[in-house]
Amino acid sequence: MRILIVGYGMVGHRCASVLAELAAAQPTHGQDGHADPVTITVLSKEARPAYDRVHLTSLFSGSTHADLSYEDPPGIDVRLGEEAVALDRAARTVRTTSGAELLYDVLVLATGSRPFVPPVPGHDLPGCFVYRTVDDVDAIKQYAAERGAGAIGAVVGGGLLGLEAAGALSSLGLNTHVIEFSPRLMPLQVDDAGGSALRRRITELGVTVHTGTRTEAVHAGPEGAAAEMLLAAGHEPTDQRTLGVDLVVFAAGVRPWDALGREFGLELGERGGIRVDAHCQTSDPRIYAVGECAQALDGRVYGLVAPGYTMAETAARHILGLDSTPFHGADLSTKLKLLGVDVASFGDAFGTTAGARSTLYVDENEGLYKKLVVSEEGRLLGGILVGDASAYDVLKPLAGTDTALPGSPIQLLLPPSDGEAVSLGVGSLPDSATICSCHNVSKGALLEAITSEGCGTVSALKSCTKAGTGCGSCVQMLGKLLDAAGVEQSTALCPHFPQTRAELYEVVLVRGIDTFTRLLAEHGAADADPEGCEICKPAVASILASLSGRLGGPKHILSGEQAALQDTNDHFLANIQNNGTYSVVPRIPGGEITPEKLIVIGEVARDFGLYTKITGGQRIDLLGARVEQLPAIWRRLVDAGFESGHAYGKALRTVKSCVGSSWCRYGVQDSVRLAIDLELRYRGLRAPHKIKAAVSGCARECAEAQGKDIGVIATEQGWNLYVGGNGGFRPRHADLFAKDLSEAELLRAIDRFLMFYIRTAERLERTATWIERIEGGLEHVRDVVLSDSLGLADELDALMRAHVDAYADEWRSALDDPDTLRRFVSFVNAPDTPDPSIKFSTEREQIRPLLSIGRRPEPAVGPAGDRKDLVNAG
Amino acid sequence: MTDEIASITPIPVCRYEELTPGRGVAVLLPDGSQAAVFRTFADELYAVGNLDPATGAYVISRGLTGSRGAVPTVASPMLKHVYELASGRCVDGPAGPEPACRLPTFPVLRDNGVVYVLDDPAIPATHDGGKS
Repeated sequence: MRILIVGYGMVGHRCASVLAELAAAQPTHGQDGHADPVTITVLSKEARPAYDRVHLTSLFSGSTHADLSYEDPPGIDVRLGEEAVALDRAARTVRTTSGAELLYDVLVLATGSRPFVPPVPGHDLPGCFVYRTVDDVDAIKQYAAERGAGAIGAVVGGGLLGLEAAGALSSLGLNTHVIEFSPRLMPLQVDDAGGSALRRRITELGVTVHTGTRTEAVHAGPEGAAAEMLLAAGHEPTDQRTLGVDLVVFAAGVRPWDALGREFGLELGERGGIRVDAHCQTSDPRIYAVGECAQALDGRVYGLVAPGYTMAETAARHILGLDSTPFHGADLSTKLKLLGVDVASFGDAFGTTAGARSTLYVDENEGLYKKLVVSEEGRLLGGILVGDASAYDVLKPLAGTDTALPGSPIQLLLPPSDGEAVSLGVGSLPDSATICSCHNVSKGALLEAITSEGCGTVSALKSCTKAGTGCGSCVQMLGKLLDAAGVEQSTALCPHFPQTRAELYEVVLVRGIDTFTRLLAEHGAADADPEGCEICKPAVASILASLSGRLGGPKHILSGEQAALQDTNDHFLANIQNNGTYSVVPRIPGGEITPEKLIVIGEVARDFGLYTKITGGQRIDLLGARVEQLPAIWRRLVDAGFESGHAYGKALRTVKSCVGSSWCRYGVQDSVRLAIDLELRYRGLRAPHKIKAAVSGCARECAEAQGKDIGVIATEQGWNLYVGGNGGFRPRHADLFAKDLSEAELLRAIDRFLMFYIRTAERLERTATWIERIEGGLEHVRDVVLSDSLGLADELDALMRAHVDAYADEWRSALDDPDTLRRFVSFVNAPDTPDPSIKFSTEREQIRPLLSIGRRPEPAVGPAGDRKDLVNAG
Repeated sequence: MTDEIASITPIPVCRYEELTPGRGVAVLLPDGSQAAVFRTFADELYAVGNLDPATGAYVISRGLTGSRGAVPTVASPMLKHVYELASGRCVDGPAGPEPACRLPTFPVLRDNGVVYVLDDPAIPATHDGGKS
């Protein structure tokens, strides 16, 4: 079957993806039973891969084209920049702009829509734009940049799209105006009062709003480009006024792009759009139409992406002869953030149902407007939320159902206050309510998984039902659902220990327990298998290492039973890489290194054939070492005065620094010396997760200290301390913790902060998440560290002293211990044979792992940060 | 030992005391493939393939042993897939159990203080922990 898709927007792309996936899963057969392979061809008018149009505005805030791009589905023929120009339904061919005649068995029209530009004089002058494609965005950005900051931008249209465009212009620094013909903003989604609440909020953000205003003309300036708009509030000449502009964006709505259907005789809807049935089939059964170019069975043209996706899936399944859910229409509920303001509208927002009654909550001080519409019987029909849409997730699934509201409508709208807050929890939702929209999982299905399948944790629910594995926005709801179902969510570390990590730390500290076996025997779960697991063993090993100074003096992390507890990275004191080799990272405190030592690193890398790369933490990574090479590499490094950099451990990694006052003409303090001091003080300190630090010698912050767990920035008077910064998957700026500290005060504050973190954080919890989770937050931590509110300071100080005194280089200790070295062999039965599976190719004059067959391709989507944490946290 | 097993030449691994409880060692098999032999905290012996099917790296021997209930397991050091040592089944991973990922298992014996594996796919693994 030859399937031709015309249009490669979000819906066209989804349709192609679903078809490709279904066709690959079950090869279809012709009617006479013989094999009929599916071929899929897509014509894309835009000369770029399909992309996420919904997040177009993010291009103004730093996203790149690549961020928005979608991958082509496998095995399909995508023809970019090639448009359909003619359709011959009898011959079943489509002619394209390249002159090709493409034969089809099934044609899918997914041509989308085009921006509607009111036919006012001057609408096509230079400086007038529409807001639909990546090219439009690029053109607006370039034109705005040429005009400079403070230029005036006007958006014609105060609906959803118009406000998106206004947000974009505003983010470019333009003086932004919104011109809306109807008397309020977002006329399709909110009512008059909601519109004025929205208007107030947006006006506060510096956007000028003109409602009830027509655009009569755009006039050119002396350069021939748009320079002035003629606006009119009424029909008298005195109602007219002008607005000086540099740039005009028309975002006054869209029209279905139905030209192919129109010219070649498919039935159309009254107001445009190719008419389709519940399977998205047009009046020609070999032609389907999906998304914004189609008029659905209920007479509407859907401009939102979710109904478009539903149509794409319905059509794809029907084309391949599979069961498909008929598409009769869709819900137009929306929740979005426009210019930073929450706006949500759902169900019968305008109260058009007979007998509908509204309850309103308006707070002009806070810019809040909330409205619930209920039926005569008191059932929720719909609502509007402006300024705070947090109740949307729970209210929307209730709308239009027969479920009684959990309180009076006004109680639901009032901000919670002591004693009278009505629980608007997940418990009040009907079983039919959709909790996960990405995978269409209902509350009932989740409850079923909890009761029948025994899912007792969020992760069990995720793997059982797929809920929460799409955009992830419902994950919190999953937790609440478990609570509501009476499932006590365990805070246990793992099945072997009922305690949290912080509780285990206290047990080890107070009872002085120094082995895993004893801890498990005395404090583990009653029925715990003595084996432990990959969760509790490294976690306990880390606690024992953090407290090793306290538990009877220096003890190597690989000594005795502890050897069996460590993850492979800690076990081999190196970071495992994708081909089973390891990386070696010697400590270079503060990033300062002598030429002699640099030469040693170069010689070691050359002699052992290692790949070298400079890391982000101002040191040098040597990659590609086989297990049996590690001791020899360390020997060379240790002899030259290097030590382990703990790149493999949940421990202090580096203290990065700028060059500081010794060289820099702006520097006010010696940041390099302080960074070295800090790195040597905290080296080897085991923690719930890795710790990164940096010191900047002046407020220009070249060491990027505010992105670290511990950040220090020099001031004229001393040092400012920042804590809780984080790069990675979810970046977080560090919070200012204390100002103008002397060096002694600084060290004391960091000592206590780190020890308090190590004591109270959960497993694999960075300081950033710890500060956000811990009760009392940053203020509480500050009280403990700076004002000793818990009376812990002396103990925290003593613990850090014990750590500093007990420190020993882990590589050197390993080299001195024959028992440990014995483990560094390729094969226990063939120690002289290197692992034959490790092979390298050459790339840019260095080695690169050749991965064995059978290795899976990298996942197409997925946060790299997560994987890094899993693989080597390096 | 049955006669059948006796007819296969056992591959010596190492002395039993050389194995650290809770850890594994890599073993090179005569055909060039690799096995991972584990001694658990409970002093049971298991042998599985050393190739991590999820990533294609020969690293299973460097994983951490553990248990799911009372069933002994090993967690791959790469993406933390968890395999049952006796059956080789993948019972957990980043996205839950993955039946498609499975480790081969080998019979493992201890005789006179020396540990051996038997490499013959025709022989079903004994799964008795090798306490022969």
